[in-house]
Amino acid sequence: MAGAGGGGNSDVQWCFSQVKGAIDDDVAEADIISTVEFNHSGELLATGDKGGRVVIFQQEPESKSQPQCRGEYNVYSTFQSHEPEFDYLKSLEIEEKINKIRWLPQKNAAQFLLSTNDKTIKLWKISERDKRPEGYNLKEEDGRYRDFNTVTTLRVPVFRPMDLMVEASPRRVFANAHTYHINSISVNSDCETYLSADDLRINLWNLEITDRSFNIVDIKPANMEELTEVITAAEFHPNQCNTFVYSSSKGTIRLCDMRASALCDKHAKMFEEPEDPNNRSFFSEIISSISDVKFSHSGRYMMTRDYLSVKIWDLNMESRPVETYQVHEYLRSKLCSLYENDCIFDKFECCWNGNDSVVMTGSYNNFFRMFDRGYRQDVTLEASRENSKPRSVLKPRKVSTGGKRKKDEISVDSLDFNKKILHTAWHPLDNIIAVATTNNLYIFQEKLN
Amino acid sequence: MSATTAMEVNAEARRILAVSISKLYASRNQRGGLRLHRSLLLSMVMRSARDIYHSSRECEGPSDAQPTQEEPMDTSSSLEEQTGLPEPVQPEPQPTLNSTELPPEEPDSAEEDSDSEITEDKENLSPTRQSRKRRGKVSAAPDFLPSKRARLEPGEERYAAPLGSCRAGAGESLRLCL
Repeated sequence: MAGAGGGGNSDVQWCFSQVKGAIDDDVAEADIISTVEFNHSGELLATGDKGGRVVIFQQEPESKSQPQCRGEYNVYSTFQSHEPEFDYLKSLEIEEKINKIRWLPQKNAAQFLLSTNDKTIKLWKISERDKRPEGYNLKEEDGRYRDFNTVTTLRVPVFRPMDLMVEASPRRVFANAHTYHINSISVNSDCETYLSADDLRINLWNLEITDRSFNIVDIKPANMEELTEVITAAEFHPNQCNTFVYSSSKGTIRLCDMRASALCDKHAKMFEEPEDPNNRSFFSEIISSISDVKFSHSGRYMMTRDYLSVKIWDLNMESRPVETYQVHEYLRSKLCSLYENDCIFDKFECCWNGNDSVVMTGSYNNFFRMFDRGYRQDVTLEASRENSKPRSVLKPRKVSTGGKRKKDEISVDSLDFNKKILHTAWHPLDNIIAVATTNNLYIFQEKLN
Repeated sequence: MSATTAMEVNAEARRILAVSISKLYASRNQRGGLRLHRSLLLSMVMRSARDIYHSSRECEGPSDAQPTQEEPMDTSSSLEEQTGLPEPVQPEPQPTLNSTELPPEEPDSAEEDSDSEITEDKENLSPTRQSRKRRGKVSAAPDFLPSKRARLEPGEERYAAPLGSCRAGAGESLRLCL
């Protein structure tokens, strides 16, 4: 992890690599980053924002002159994925904010990703063009048509190199399938289907077919007044194409097998940890609501994030998690204030590293946390402009919870709750992480000697 | 629970109720429409706060049990309040509906069964929701938006309650508008 005694595999140190986004403190709402995702090779890094835009960064190939530095990520493509819409029937505005981006595994030269807002999912094709045809018979180079009388010869147009152009085009639009707000999308390992989940329903789509989807989970009660829980996240198993999980606002996770029946309302497994009665408070329900669920790459485990902790579950054991990590337990006594300032509703995401040995999640004050499962160590790091000298090593941070605050520690009351890290992503193969603050994207790399 | 602690808990519960209701109002104007998840969580907090508010008031002593000044949620007729009927007369079909509706209740709910102060807003009766008993989480969801029809019955007095603006707060009288 980072630094001596910082936690984890102690020879991993994290260095600042890059930061993307505006420097000034006045954050435009449209620039707020709402999702971050590496593609399957890690070469591309996509972000979505509240303004409905997607920005894709591409990693430069490693340079021979600086072998100790992995390639930098530079802007590859930017496009407007979703626009604000208006639902006239309900008199509601539909936000253009990108809730999730998921990459499809690469099959040919082009890249494909799914992006979704609250109501509509879109499949985007990102392709490169580095050649263009020249030497048309009937057109000038600038596109104007030639006077046909001047055409006396015939030639075959040839492709000539041009400056690289990256084009993003919407190939499919999957609309009108969700009454409630979409919170998750997940591509199946069969690469043919994907699921989309809203508060009460999960739909299964074929990537080729946009005019229909199958409803596979429906927890809407006949009488809405009997509603007790909503779906908060859903994901397909990484290698079993019949298996998916969904988490709820009550802190439960249900695993479903699509082979069992067409409608997976009856779960195959239900994962739930009994609540500790000592921790009961007004806000117990809110803090037990799961904000993210992610399978490990191996498919053996899954991780859930609730407001104060990260839990690792073994798919073979439903009664309780196998590991629990406290992200910011010092906030437990502050829940009332966090309720008043709305922070208690923040939805933190979590992610695994490439070999499932470390998990990461965000916190407040632009802190993020890593938990090494093997070494049973954890570290708190900070994404800030102050620590952004190239290749500067990140120093572990500590929040002081007792009365006496040591030097370099920060007290709970000094934490800035407006600076929250909700979205983080880990490169699938290397120790490179992308951490999103409100409107900046930080990229950190492992220090290589 | 000592009287002081009960009072503190009571004040805390009322404060949380007030904050919750203002959040609910604010969420109606939010871009993108009412968020179901958030609304559900708010209603659960309000329910917990309301339950704790009532239970702490019972701990204060039976003489304080008159809901008239304090009850912020009460939009029902004053007749029922004054007579303190634990179970008002209800139309026929309810008993069966009550039993199907009662969900697994929260651990701290046992003490709530004696709660006689939750009276019903007759205006917003629906066939399935006429029970006076606190029903646990099942009916939590819709009970946080003030019904447009909520208003004082003739003969009911307005009280200068601290949460006067939240009279039509969490209670069986509210509906979820989606």
